[in-house]
Amino acid sequence: MALLEKHRKIERNATLLLVGSLFVVSIGGIVEIAPLFYLENTIEKVEGMRPYSPLELAGRGIYIREGCYTCHSQMIRPFRDEVERYGHYSLAAESMYDHPFQWGSKRTGPDLARVGDRYSNEWHVQHLIEPRSVVPESVMPSYGFLKDKPLAIGNIGAHLVANRRVGVPYTDEMIENAGADLGAQADPDADTSGIEARYPGARLGDFDGNPARLTEMDALVAYLQVLGTLVDFTTYDEPEGSR
Amino acid sequence: MTNGPYIVGLGVFALVALLGAAFAADQPFAQHMWILFFVLVGATFVLMRQARFSPAAADASAYMDGPVRYGAIATIFWGVVGLSVGVAVALQLAFPDLNVEPWFNFGRMRPLHTSAVIFAFGGNALIATSFYVVQRTSRARLFGGDLAWFVFWGYQLFIVMAATGYLLGITQSREYAEPEWYVDIWLTIVWVAYLAVFLGTILKRREPHIYVANWFYLAFIVTIAMLHVVNNLAVPASFVGSQSYSLFAGVQDALTQWWYGHNAVGFFLTAGFLGMMYYFVPKQAGRPVYSYRLSIIHFWALIFLYIWAGPHHLHYTALPDWAQTLGMVFSVMLWMPSWGGMINGLMTLSGAWDKIRTDPIIRMMVAAIAFYGMATFEGPVMSIKAVNSLSHYTDWTIGHVHSGALGWNGLITFAALYFMVPRLWGRARLYSERLVVWHFWLAMVGIVLYAAVMWVSGIMQGLMWREYDEQGFLVYSFAETVEAMFPYYLARALGGLLYLSGAVIMAYNLTMTILGRQRDEEPIGGRAASPLTGAVPAA
Repeated sequence: MALLEKHRKIERNATLLLVGSLFVVSIGGIVEIAPLFYLENTIEKVEGMRPYSPLELAGRGIYIREGCYTCHSQMIRPFRDEVERYGHYSLAAESMYDHPFQWGSKRTGPDLARVGDRYSNEWHVQHLIEPRSVVPESVMPSYGFLKDKPLAIGNIGAHLVANRRVGVPYTDEMIENAGADLGAQADPDADTSGIEARYPGARLGDFDGNPARLTEMDALVAYLQVLGTLVDFTTYDEPEGSR
Repeated sequence: MTNGPYIVGLGVFALVALLGAAFAADQPFAQHMWILFFVLVGATFVLMRQARFSPAAADASAYMDGPVRYGAIATIFWGVVGLSVGVAVALQLAFPDLNVEPWFNFGRMRPLHTSAVIFAFGGNALIATSFYVVQRTSRARLFGGDLAWFVFWGYQLFIVMAATGYLLGITQSREYAEPEWYVDIWLTIVWVAYLAVFLGTILKRREPHIYVANWFYLAFIVTIAMLHVVNNLAVPASFVGSQSYSLFAGVQDALTQWWYGHNAVGFFLTAGFLGMMYYFVPKQAGRPVYSYRLSIIHFWALIFLYIWAGPHHLHYTALPDWAQTLGMVFSVMLWMPSWGGMINGLMTLSGAWDKIRTDPIIRMMVAAIAFYGMATFEGPVMSIKAVNSLSHYTDWTIGHVHSGALGWNGLITFAALYFMVPRLWGRARLYSERLVVWHFWLAMVGIVLYAAVMWVSGIMQGLMWREYDEQGFLVYSFAETVEAMFPYYLARALGGLLYLSGAVIMAYNLTMTILGRQRDEEPIGGRAASPLTGAVPAA
């Protein structure tokens, strides 16, 4: 067979084998991934989506740190049972500021894409401290330590800057006020007009039941409470053939 | 002085780690740098104690097997560690009180388990066997002198940093690519050195042809380099901090991650391990590879098709439909080259099938290839969108992964270790072949129990989530589906425990082999294999 004869050349030349393999394995990725940066329905903007507030971003960091994604997805598929259980199916735009994405791959626990506003802050705190006290069947670990750990993220402004470098539209004003916004969002006595203007729809006030301290619990609950609440689906107009 | 530059280099590196700890932007980074500092200082002392001031004797031996010996020991060690953590996390799912917050909660332990078995156990097996195979099939000593030692120790440092990082809460949350940016950079350096050693050895070979096993190893090394670099592109919040933000977001990030994730399976756990199969199976069986043509066709088809399969992890998500369909079609096509490899491996035994009865290592290899065939059939089935709508997010996926990982990767690695260890240490035979039989059956029962239980629990879970009553209401709350998993989680942990105990037996058997002991035992199939078939030995 002529083809096999030609293959002898590759078998005798390591550089050819290396370059050939690298070429062959590049094709699939280029064809599948590159268009996602240009196609309408993967880069569409949806009204209501905004970058995370500093406190939400810090909470998201804790969500990642604790490996919540190993058991909870954040991606509702367009099936009747999922939409009834969790809410409107997830849009691409809803994770457009998620660096990295948190879609997950396993549901040992329920999907969290729209957990925001479903439960009270008190419920979340109690559930995180002792999950089985509110859901007896739960196999979730306890995260009581979050309530005792002061939120220490270092320079939160640097985190916003890093996000801006990868494309999240944080303004100079947001970055300047990041440190102040971080504390003010969870402080019931603070002037929150700035946060409300910069981050519309942010949940305000004490989250962990102790207004005197800013803890990791505050940040995580603030993040959970905003999940899936930014897009108003009563006014969302689904583009034709978007799925 | 021997080791002089290395001692200085390590000392400087340790100082950098100390500075990192001093100027850390966040607490986990400081803790991580302290760990790095102590590891490096320890390594410096070890090297200093080994320094000799007389010129080193030239090593004239044909092959450089030091790193391979260390690699074999590391494979055994990390295998037992990774499997133990697996049993621990399985038990945590059944008994949540076993979580110890914050360091030993499931969310931090699960990446520890996956990375330990894939990268520590599998990675060491790949590096050790590739160094063993490439020297013998090229008739050349490893290229680059001590560079091979750098690859071995550099890789162990990567493992230690990744593992301790997870427990401290340092993670990118990208599955199977969890280590943060600075550990990723370190792995890139080690990986380039690995490519240099491997390719350099091929380039100076004294054989006209590059043996087929080396094609697979080479494709695995370069593709993993490409995947690792692209998938881990990120901007750190601080150069002395432990957190970074990935370059891509949302749907683009998801597909990049699963393009990486699926090909960690395709190239790390498949192409690399096929390289192992192509050397050790013909060697142990004493037969040539079944078909040369098949190996060419399935090699190119496999590496071309695998890359496209990533989107099947994102069926029915916000990823565009066309990409999902493309991923599904290519995953189904992938079945063919996968089975090409299986056929080539199994048929290599033609004319030597009787060895399954008498040679427990061959038996292990055959079982490994059979599991490879089964897992690469199940995979395409699960990538079909209609099936995936049920299987996704459930334990079925976990069962599928484990039939491949325990059945294929585990067993072929164990077989390669049983083959290599006596030869590497110049022993006449293994300490005990009977213990290999014990290992084989414990592993086999463990895998079958594990996979079967996860099928049942996964399918049940998927069906419960979507069950409606006559009035059109969902029948089960989510919590009820969690409760229903308990007996299956328990049985799964038992399956894992059986598999782990097999590996512990192997660790004992190989340790005794390395120490030069031989167990006094009857050869396997001894009497039965005697030419007097049917004759019953006198009592």
